[in-house]
Amino acid sequence: MQERLKRLDVILGIHPESPYQVMEKALKRAPKDIISDLIDSGLKGRGGAGFLTGLKWKFAAAAEGDEKFVVCNADEGEPGTFKDREILTIVPKKVLAGMGICAYVTGAKKGYIYLRGEYKYLVPHLEREIAEFHKNCFKLELDFNVEVFLGSGAYVCGEETALLNSMEGFRGEPRNKPPFPTNNGYLGKPTVVNNVETLVSAQVVSRIGVEEFKKLGIQDSHGSKLFSVSGDTPRPGIYDLEFGLSLDEFVREFGDGDTKAVQVGGASGFCVPRKKFQSTTIGFPGGLTGDSLPTGGSMMIFNSSRSMYNVLRNYLDFFEEESCGQCTPCRIGCQQLKVGIEAVKRGDKDPEYLQQLLKLTDTMKITAKCGLGQSVANSFSSIVDNFREEMIY
Amino acid sequence: MTKTDTMVKELVDKYGNKRESLLPILQGVYDIEHFVSDEAMVSIARNLDLSSADVYGKSTFYSFLDTVPRGKFVIRVCKTIVCDMHDKNQIVDTLENILKIKVGETTLNRKFSLLYTNCLGWCHKGPAMLVNDDVYTNLTPESIREIITDYKNRD
Ligand SMILES: Cc1cc2nc3c(=O)[nH]c(=O)nc-3n(C[C@H](O)[C@H](O)[C@H](O)COP(=O)(O)O)c2cc1C
Ligand code: SF4
Ligand code: FES
Repeated sequence: MQERLKRLDVILGIHPESPYQVMEKALKRAPKDIISDLIDSGLKGRGGAGFLTGLKWKFAAAAEGDEKFVVCNADEGEPGTFKDREILTIVPKKVLAGMGICAYVTGAKKGYIYLRGEYKYLVPHLEREIAEFHKNCFKLELDFNVEVFLGSGAYVCGEETALLNSMEGFRGEPRNKPPFPTNNGYLGKPTVVNNVETLVSAQVVSRIGVEEFKKLGIQDSHGSKLFSVSGDTPRPGIYDLEFGLSLDEFVREFGDGDTKAVQVGGASGFCVPRKKFQSTTIGFPGGLTGDSLPTGGSMMIFNSSRSMYNVLRNYLDFFEEESCGQCTPCRIGCQQLKVGIEAVKRGDKDPEYLQQLLKLTDTMKITAKCGLGQSVANSFSSIVDNFREEMIY
Repeated sequence: MTKTDTMVKELVDKYGNKRESLLPILQGVYDIEHFVSDEAMVSIARNLDLSSADVYGKSTFYSFLDTVPRGKFVIRVCKTIVCDMHDKNQIVDTLENILKIKVGETTLNRKFSLLYTNCLGWCHKGPAMLVNDDVYTNLTPESIREIITDYKNRD
């Protein structure tokens, strides 16, 4: 059991073959072979939604367009997530090689790294790396140019269509999907938007091959994953772990001996109480028994000194501020959930009122326009259901 | 040309006058003036052939593009859950005491503004804050004193 928790160093490690050698090797293959390898590898997006990366690239490659784009999503705003910053700091060449391979496969000539404003200090470092990357592209006769595009402090801009709006000079409000960015992305052109870690993993598939990649992880969730571990833990930091570990194993390794709950996937993820640690695995929901939770990598640990009411209130504060305000269920819903739990806590509303608030989150789940409003229900219901007393007394 | 027009013109020359240049231009204005003034928004609108309401809508959308004047050094303390658990209140109290302002305010000499922000991506080293673009982590009241003294001595 302990074995699973060995650090893998697939993502952040240094390997005999440099990222640009991996790219060179990939560029000698036919794009359609790279795509079918990616699909076979089962690699799913690491930004949270878990879409098959190979399919995304395939759609963009097949889309009609005189111009195409590759966008690396480095907006990393989910509370408790900090792995993309670490990747861009330690192994930027792997990210750029991933972008290069994607450009080759899709025919994109221009790429952007959408970097959250909070990480602006990274710009000089990234620009140096990009300059070196361009030299390698030139050597390999790959006509591809990358630029950094800086955000300005808006969590919702991590949503891919909001991100594109933001780049185009509009308010960073999510668009309706479909059309999807692979057909109708930046400036209406076919665009691949991938998370930082996804691009690295795509490069890993090229480096180690489908078979080796599939040996990592579990059914439906292949490969390794960076976890950002924080909260009540003696070992906060970033860990490269295999998919498929149970929360029980995780807590034994990272807890402080008094762990009451783990928030998997950030404020938009789920809060798992102690009694469910054993039955919960981390990976994309799939063929396994028990609950399997996807995660963008955020693992926040709470010990028994923490008030889960405060935790939930803090999340709702976050959502209320970060909601783009475009659609009513989310704009008003987030406010009312916060006001609602405050009223219950003060005793101005009966505990039964919590049921009504839960119904409101159900409505938000089906009526909100984007993932932000839709996923408020995750943390809200998992905290209210599992820690009801703490909401009331 | 007014001073603002010249500044905007230079930014437009650098980033281009397409709609896609709007965010980089607004960021450029913010870096120079520490806020985006009405005058700057009108000037940008004229240069990019947009309505000023459009430019206003864009600026106010982003929490880092304040449209009210801020100090030269904008301090943004993370108030999201992990930093909150790691005693961010003590950090904010210390800052309020040293700077003699409350969160949301700017010192009279326009040197410092104190604001809250959401998760900065440094949760494992919380509490964390930004001073303009620079990140400070593992904050304690003592380290805060040193950091602020250092900024007080800068122009
Ligand atoms: C509110 C919201 C915020 C998001 N923030 C991010 C983010 O910071 N980084 C990211 O990679 N994906 C984020 N996503 C997911 C993106 O919309 C998109 O699914 C992802 O970038 C696709 O890349 P992937 O397939 O490589 O995961 C966010 C989604 C939502 C709804
Ligand atoms: S769900 Fe929220 S963030 Fe998403 S579009 Fe609606 S208001 Fe905006
Ligand atoms: S919660 Fe403060 S940096 Fe993430």
